[in-house]
Amino acid sequence: MILSEEIKKSLLAAVWFMFLTFPIMVIRVNTVQNIVEWRWKNMLLVGIAGFFGSFLGRSFFRQKEKGEKKADPNTISVAALVQKITGNQRLSRLALAVIAGFVISFPFAFSLYQINIMISALIYVMLGLGLNIVVGLAGLLDLGYVAFYAVGAYAYALLNHHFGIGFWTALPIGAVIGAFFGILLGYPVLRLRGDYLAIVTMGFGEIIRLILENWNAFSRGPSGIAHIPRPALFGWEMSLEMSTKYIYFLMIGMVLFTIFVVNRLQHSRIGRAWIALREDEIACQAMGIDKAKTKLTAFALGATWAGMGGVIFAAKTTFINPASFTIWESVIILCIVVLGGMGSIVGVVSGALVLILLPEYLRAFSEYRMLVFGVILVVMMIFRPGGIIPDVRRTYQFRKEEH
Amino acid sequence: MEPILAVKNLSMNFGGLRALDRLDLDVNQGEIVALIGPNGAGKTTFFNCITGIYTPTEGDILITPPRNSVQRINGLKPNTITELGMARTFQNIRLFPKMTVLENVMIGRHCRLSAGILGAVFQGKKVRKEEERAVTDSYAVLEKIGLAQFVNDLAMNLPYGAQRRLEIARALATEPFLLLLDEPAAGMNPQETQELNELIVRIRDTEKISILLIEHDMKLVMSLSDRIFVMDYGKKIAQGAPREIKSNPVVIKAYLGEEFHA
Amino acid sequence: MSWDYFIELFLGGLTRGSIYALIALGYTMVYGIIELINFAHGEIYMIGAFTALIIASVLSLFGMHQLVVLVLAVVLAVVYACAYGFTVEKIAYKPLRKAPRLSVLISAIGMSLFLQNYVLLAQTSDFLPFPKLIPDFEFWEPYSHIISSQELTIIATTVVVMILLTFLIKFTTIGKAMRATAQDKIMAALVGIDVNHIISITFIVGSATAAIGGVLIASHIGQINFFIGFIAGIKAFVAAVLGGIGSIPGAVLGSLVLGWTESFFTGYISSDYEDVFAFLFLVFILIFRPAGILGRSQTQKV
Repeated sequence: MILSEEIKKSLLAAVWFMFLTFPIMVIRVNTVQNIVEWRWKNMLLVGIAGFFGSFLGRSFFRQKEKGEKKADPNTISVAALVQKITGNQRLSRLALAVIAGFVISFPFAFSLYQINIMISALIYVMLGLGLNIVVGLAGLLDLGYVAFYAVGAYAYALLNHHFGIGFWTALPIGAVIGAFFGILLGYPVLRLRGDYLAIVTMGFGEIIRLILENWNAFSRGPSGIAHIPRPALFGWEMSLEMSTKYIYFLMIGMVLFTIFVVNRLQHSRIGRAWIALREDEIACQAMGIDKAKTKLTAFALGATWAGMGGVIFAAKTTFINPASFTIWESVIILCIVVLGGMGSIVGVVSGALVLILLPEYLRAFSEYRMLVFGVILVVMMIFRPGGIIPDVRRTYQFRKEEH
Repeated sequence: MEPILAVKNLSMNFGGLRALDRLDLDVNQGEIVALIGPNGAGKTTFFNCITGIYTPTEGDILITPPRNSVQRINGLKPNTITELGMARTFQNIRLFPKMTVLENVMIGRHCRLSAGILGAVFQGKKVRKEEERAVTDSYAVLEKIGLAQFVNDLAMNLPYGAQRRLEIARALATEPFLLLLDEPAAGMNPQETQELNELIVRIRDTEKISILLIEHDMKLVMSLSDRIFVMDYGKKIAQGAPREIKSNPVVIKAYLGEEFHA
Repeated sequence: MSWDYFIELFLGGLTRGSIYALIALGYTMVYGIIELINFAHGEIYMIGAFTALIIASVLSLFGMHQLVVLVLAVVLAVVYACAYGFTVEKIAYKPLRKAPRLSVLISAIGMSLFLQNYVLLAQTSDFLPFPKLIPDFEFWEPYSHIISSQELTIIATTVVVMILLTFLIKFTTIGKAMRATAQDKIMAALVGIDVNHIISITFIVGSATAAIGGVLIASHIGQINFFIGFIAGIKAFVAAVLGGIGSIPGAVLGSLVLGWTESFFTGYISSDYEDVFAFLFLVFILIFRPAGILGRSQTQKV
């Protein structure tokens, strides 16, 4: 009974999607040669996808609605697995040892190309963890995060070009400039509600990019800045391979440092204030938390990491131009945080690795990358707003006191 | 002795609507004062004004915290007012749903702690001590309120009555001298209400915290309060001891058509 | 700085403003009813333009009369934009009615990203030449040096759409239901209004005006690609906020103000920073007058 009803609904949805996608998926006009290309195969594909998509989507949604009333203890989730591993000391030590072994041997076992991909992924891990402070913990939807990344990258490139400042000096400078821009953006938007904030930060990201593109005298416009030196190591001359491995380990170090800091912040007085702010702004203020200060620290700290990420990115690629800092970068980083799990460190790290590495290794599908990211954002919000590995709150043990 | 809270001539306009009209109210040290009135009389607006969520159009809000001099708090930010020692609860429960019960209370401790970003990262001895203290203090508050069994549960998973009490616990953790309760008994059954009654008296007696509450449950109001203020259409229409209020014809008229069983 | 130049910029601004208004309406109506910035709205506008382009090209190749092409292209663009608007709401927003705001916003961004890349993959990433759907009117010939037939059409269409919309909202049952839903969803449901139905209609109406705007601007500028919705969407949003989001006359006024300021800015000062200017404008409005020109400042309910 119900099944046939469901099939009927799904068929209807399939027909609807076939209608909906007809002009864009089926017809393609070649305006130069004036030929119309009819791609009926696409319509069939849409129909099939629409049928199964609608069927599965609705059954998942029903399950979720049921699940909200009564949590299902039988679901085997990645989160439970992670918790089991981190909860058990022997297992967690073993897992850590395996990961450490892999991380250390990676650059020696794989090609230069692979190491480079891994470095990119690690930069995204760092950016994801930084944005996680702003979006995941403080609940402020920042769509201009890439601006701080750009600021860091250009800070290093320009400081090096004009004053010959080296990587290791530029790294903290990038962090400070990032934080400064974070406050610069944060201050005017303090009073704004979440949705306005999203648009303003998006606008801010575009402003920075457009300035870099148009202000030739300052940033050399769209042609960008080349010959940015790689990080130095006590003035040694390094081959490209050596230097790449060096950046790899440097990135591992930075990621560990980021995890350490974010983890400590998350369970501190400041971290709790961020989460309270995310959960209920008014109650948060009424409980004695300074909203402005809390928001600004979140913005500034998030931007600090983007600034450092930018410096490393510039040093890694040795060439930057505004095209690397479009709104899409911000959306990718947001996607990492959302998929992984807002507020969850393990989640964000895995989210970054999955979203950056997978498209690299599935080259055939890489053109669908942004499309899939869009789907991920919607689907995660509907079915799993907590991400694949949701944040788990710290618990405390107390002795029962005798009365 | 100065009243710890003295509101004088307080008015609040929303556009053309006058939600509060030259209201006077005061609370003395150690008192339990109730603010009653029909729905829409402006009671919650009054709370929002004195806790800094709204800035009143006219009038003065003066507080005299213990061991401190008189201070005008109009237009201060909510967090500053909480820091000065007035903490509130909300009519429609506003907990932090995805934080644990303990963390909810620890948020209340926030303004009494001092660790900053660097402190949180380096976790020096002082910060660790402070954090440990915050945990034990918060737990102590939970024990006092009778929520210790839920300590590690998420606030959103708490039963309704417990959520209401957690709001009180959270407010208490800010170490107020005056606690403002907005309909604390709303939605509670008679037994829970009775327990709440005892809790409020206990807070006043053992913690030496004065209490101002908005409440519709007249039985609770009459048995708890030392004094009662009655509002209607943004104005104060009566004030006095419970017995006077019960027989005040103006009050009865205002409530006509509403349930009023005393 | 001649007088003619000023007139040219003024009319240019008016045309721009009209287009912004057609898009801004969708933002403001949706915001008015479910308090959501529909990030995918710019994409609906883009899809409207694309549909018109595809339909017009196909029909032209079949050798149909220009007027038939115009009418069918516009009608189908509106129909499809409405269908997309409706579907987007059902998929990405309806399941999240009770979810936190942040979730809905992220879902909206995901939808916008999806639609852009959907068109990019199914069609092309290049700019496509858009056929000149609006003809040059003969009777307008003598005045066309002041304002072209196309600009005239844009302005006239906008005026007609505004009048129809005002009529819809002020005088019809649906309009009444929309206003009721915008004020209080629960009460509206209690008095028998099908709230989900009204929300769908709001999305459909907003999508329709956006599609009209899409066709008009594409025909005016002469080329489109999958990315046109992004900037147009942001600017229309700026216009909606400027006028006071949630207010329909406000959206029109805001759009005109933005159109003129942009036109004069690029005409007299610099055209390099045209988009920067719009964003800066947004930031300043939000800081100094977040309620907009016609909006009432909202006091958050506690």
